[in-house]
Amino acid sequence: MRLINIKPNRPLAVFLTLLPFALVFIAYAVGSDIRLAANPSDKLLPAPSTIWDTAVRLTTEGDRRSGRILFWYDTWASLKRLGLGIGISASVGLLIGLMIGLLPLVRSFLAQFVAVLSMIPPLALLPILFIVFGLGELSKVVLIVIGTLPFIIRDLSQRTLEVPQELLVKAQTLGASSWVITLRVALPQVMPRLIQAVRLSLGPAWLFLIAAEAIAADLGLGYRIFLVRRYLAMDVILTYVIWITILAFVMDWALRRLSRWMFPWAEEGL
Amino acid sequence: MSFVTVTDVFQSYGSRPIIERVNVSVDEGEFISIVGASGCGKSTFLRLLLAQERPTRGEVRVADATPAKEPGLDRGVVFQRYSVFPHMTVRENVVAGESLRRGWGRFFGADLKAARGRADETLTRCGLDHVADQYPATLSGGMQQRLAIGQALAAKPRILLLDEPFGALDPGTRLAMHDFLLDLRAETGMTVFMVTHDLEEAFKLGDRVLVFDKPRWDPQDPCLNGATITYDFDARDGGIPFQTLKEDTHVLHENG
Repeated sequence: MRLINIKPNRPLAVFLTLLPFALVFIAYAVGSDIRLAANPSDKLLPAPSTIWDTAVRLTTEGDRRSGRILFWYDTWASLKRLGLGIGISASVGLLIGLMIGLLPLVRSFLAQFVAVLSMIPPLALLPILFIVFGLGELSKVVLIVIGTLPFIIRDLSQRTLEVPQELLVKAQTLGASSWVITLRVALPQVMPRLIQAVRLSLGPAWLFLIAAEAIAADLGLGYRIFLVRRYLAMDVILTYVIWITILAFVMDWALRRLSRWMFPWAEEGL
Repeated sequence: MSFVTVTDVFQSYGSRPIIERVNVSVDEGEFISIVGASGCGKSTFLRLLLAQERPTRGEVRVADATPAKEPGLDRGVVFQRYSVFPHMTVRENVVAGESLRRGWGRFFGADLKAARGRADETLTRCGLDHVADQYPATLSGGMQQRLAIGQALAAKPRILLLDEPFGALDPGTRLAMHDFLLDLRAETGMTVFMVTHDLEEAFKLGDRVLVFDKPRWDPQDPCLNGATITYDFDARDGGIPFQTLKEDTHVLHENG
């Protein structure tokens, strides 16, 4: 039988899905064990049990000075910046993307401009943002917006252009104005694509968030990671990295479920 | 007096002529079938009738109004594919036939209720009442096309344009769709233009059959010339016009 025709049954599929996670964990545990056997005070690869203890301590015990559990404050500060940035990107991107896709006038006016803008490396603008918007929340949110907006605009304008011409003509024969076509035909058709674009933008958004927090912040997941780097606190760094991964994964999963639930007619496997 | 008048229409894309010197006039209520080989400008002609495109030269007039610049309420259309809105349920699709012309594209309150009632009547007429709450993707090809026709008719157009509407359907479904379309037409008395590849279908449904073909053909450069209407058959009475058989002959009996 050909390899392309061999499909795993359910238990095997679950096993194969879990296998790489287990392999990485085992590889780490073994590596950590070897280093700790040679030097019990090694900080580079803390034992999984140490990481677990650190995680429990970080999430339950307050800071010695302020008494606040910084882990949750960091999480909240970062999620607020991320949500604000992605939210602004998604809404502005949807608006401009729809206009570029539907209106030839706006397409001529903005499409090439956005294409050029999207080539600017956002991190190169970070110093400018800090100078212009200061070191507060605004510059971090703006960095996320600048980093994700051009992609969302380009993706959504492309998706809007891909709405079958037949549907637009059909709507016109039913007497729809440009506004109604936007509202009742194009918008519902690109909404699932918007969610998909946001899912794809989450990775870059986290990157820009952590970069901005690493440079100037007093709270935030990225800030904490770069702060404890000075003490080589690998257990704290790894806890935060795992936590960020979980957060990102849950967001991605939630958006996928949201899309399936809100747009049952878009059956393509998002 | 003719209802749709096509005068000296040329259409070319770039330097490539598609159709040339098309003249035809159609009375209100006629059913026009359009046939021809692939790439002979049938669909282009339909797009010109729809005002989706404007001719390079010449003009298409409906009821002596100035030539339309864009598709509008007076012309309904059913394409071979993508004719219904995939994000609306079957009932919403029919309601959209009436509601898209409104400011927000939808009905509210009592209007919505009344429109849903009318939509349900249309759906019963199309044999789709049992799938009213499903999305079009779950429907078969024939059901989707019935829905597309029902939606187009909900807007009450004066002209219905059909671009190979039954091209993707199996023969049985196709026959059922013919009856459906003939019934609807007898009821509404609309003017219908239908592009098809099926000659039998063209003669069965149409009052007239227009044949698009290239009158001149350059073997060195087949794209040099455009197509035009080369035949205009009268297809009433089974394609035997101007003859009313009064004597009792042994040919052409019903069921004979």
